Amino acid sequence: MIMLKELVGNTIDVNEEGFMTDFTQWNTQIGEALAAENDISMTPKHWEVITYIQTEYKNNVPLSIRKIGKSGVVDIKEFYTLFPNAPLKTATKIAGIPKPVSCI
Amino acid sequence: MKHKKNILILGAGTAGTIMANQLVKEVDPHSWHITIADATDTHYYQPGFLFLPFGIYDEEDVKKPIRSFLPDAVKFIQEKASEIKSEEQQVLFESGKTIHYDVLIIATGSTIDSSEIEGMNGPEWRKSIFDFYTFEGAKALREKLATWEGGKLVVHITEMPIKCPVAPLEFSFLADDYFGKKGMRDKVDITYVTPLSGAFTKPRATQKLEYLLKEKNINIVSDFAIESVDNENKSIKDYSGKEVPFDLLVTVPTNKGSKVIEQSGLGDELNFVPTDKGTLQSKVSPNIFVLGDATNIPTSKAGSVTHFQAEILFENVLRFIRKEELLPEFDGHANCFIETGKGKALLIDFNYDHEPVEGTFPIAGIGPLRLLKESRMNHWGKLAFRWVYWNMLLKARPIPFVKARMSLAGKNF
Repeated sequence: MIMLKELVGNTIDVNEEGFMTDFTQWNTQIGEALAAENDISMTPKHWEVITYIQTEYKNNVPLSIRKIGKSGVVDIKEFYTLFPNAPLKTATKIAGIPKPVSCI
Repeated sequence: MKHKKNILILGAGTAGTIMANQLVKEVDPHSWHITIADATDTHYYQPGFLFLPFGIYDEEDVKKPIRSFLPDAVKFIQEKASEIKSEEQQVLFESGKTIHYDVLIIATGSTIDSSEIEGMNGPEWRKSIFDFYTFEGAKALREKLATWEGGKLVVHITEMPIKCPVAPLEFSFLADDYFGKKGMRDKVDITYVTPLSGAFTKPRATQKLEYLLKEKNINIVSDFAIESVDNENKSIKDYSGKEVPFDLLVTVPTNKGSKVIEQSGLGDELNFVPTDKGTLQSKVSPNIFVLGDATNIPTSKAGSVTHFQAEILFENVLRFIRKEELLPEFDGHANCFIETGKGKALLIDFNYDHEPVEGTFPIAGIGPLRLLKESRMNHWGKLAFRWVYWNMLLKARPIPFVKARMSLAGKNF
């Protein structure tokens, strides 16, 4: 089910878990606001990870925690420090892309 | 005499064996040789590894000679492949042998690698840390369970993807039943630890399975991304600082594709081969196809999936030989029995686009099997499947009513 959500003056489409369903609606302001909802204040390092994730997504590369740990951008430990608890879920949510299907 | 071409199949497990049996029926023997290579001469019924630790199956139930499932017209060589040279269309073997191929089918499966996590294969490995994804591991665990006096049992998944993603859940359910029958369930605290956000990967099945975990008094710890195993204090730790203590850890280590894939530079970061999810042609080279657990496609790694893939791949290999266009027919179809203990089981049927739901299977509206519902019939279905596996599935004999592409009929979406 897709719902409409108002965020920093924009309307975005999200699913029941709060993941954006249309990446074209995403911008950095929205990313910032989604991060705030998850108690994260974005730093340049956060943005580096988000940019990496978005690039991989655009290239149709399936994402996993292991993949991000080997990206050269962050190691897994740092990824957890930046996005605590469930980092891949939180980071993909902020990045405005679907929840990764590393789950089959 | 006309020069014959070669189809080479790497791996004589479920995938390779089905493929050899399919191809031999249709490929012209005057034009083609079919060769299949495997490092061992034993075929393991891997779904049986789940039952081995609990003494439900014996060793003889799960192993048979590879040769007895291969047709005479297919040449079997017991050799370990060391490198695939896709440019030269050659496979090198450890013995020094080289085989040229015109069509290569990679069916090298997936295996566990406990060295991926710090401390997992440390001093406690096979003492209080076990796996049941290998024949040796399942046997060692059986010895352990037989004399174990109870405590904290932790059933754990390291990271996805894993072969048969429901097996660790089934292990938890069967452990509940096993210790209950031994009259010591109150001495065993069972915890299910998963990197996923819930018991399973699809919402409706997760709901059902979490209800069952609760009913059986099994704790669940989710979103747990393991960093290390502490052998001294017997606990597993995750990257966010969470810690779960254990007396007995039954883990599913990281699953990876075969070493030969890594040595040939053909795989992703887990040595799975990038493969077209509809046609099953590899993205490495047009004359290389991939079947079963060796692929990187987004579906479960399981025998049923392999069986469905084989029908599509077989058709596509024939099309490739005839220089026709390949069909993107594979829909991700998976069909899995989930043992829930006490003589009952669930059955799930799903594909890339449709999650498991309730309904009837394989005949819409009739069954006799019930989807996403516990029943005794489902359990018998699972036990009967071993016979179906050895006698029909491996030999590529059609299984009545069960189609490669998932049917929407009889399902309550």
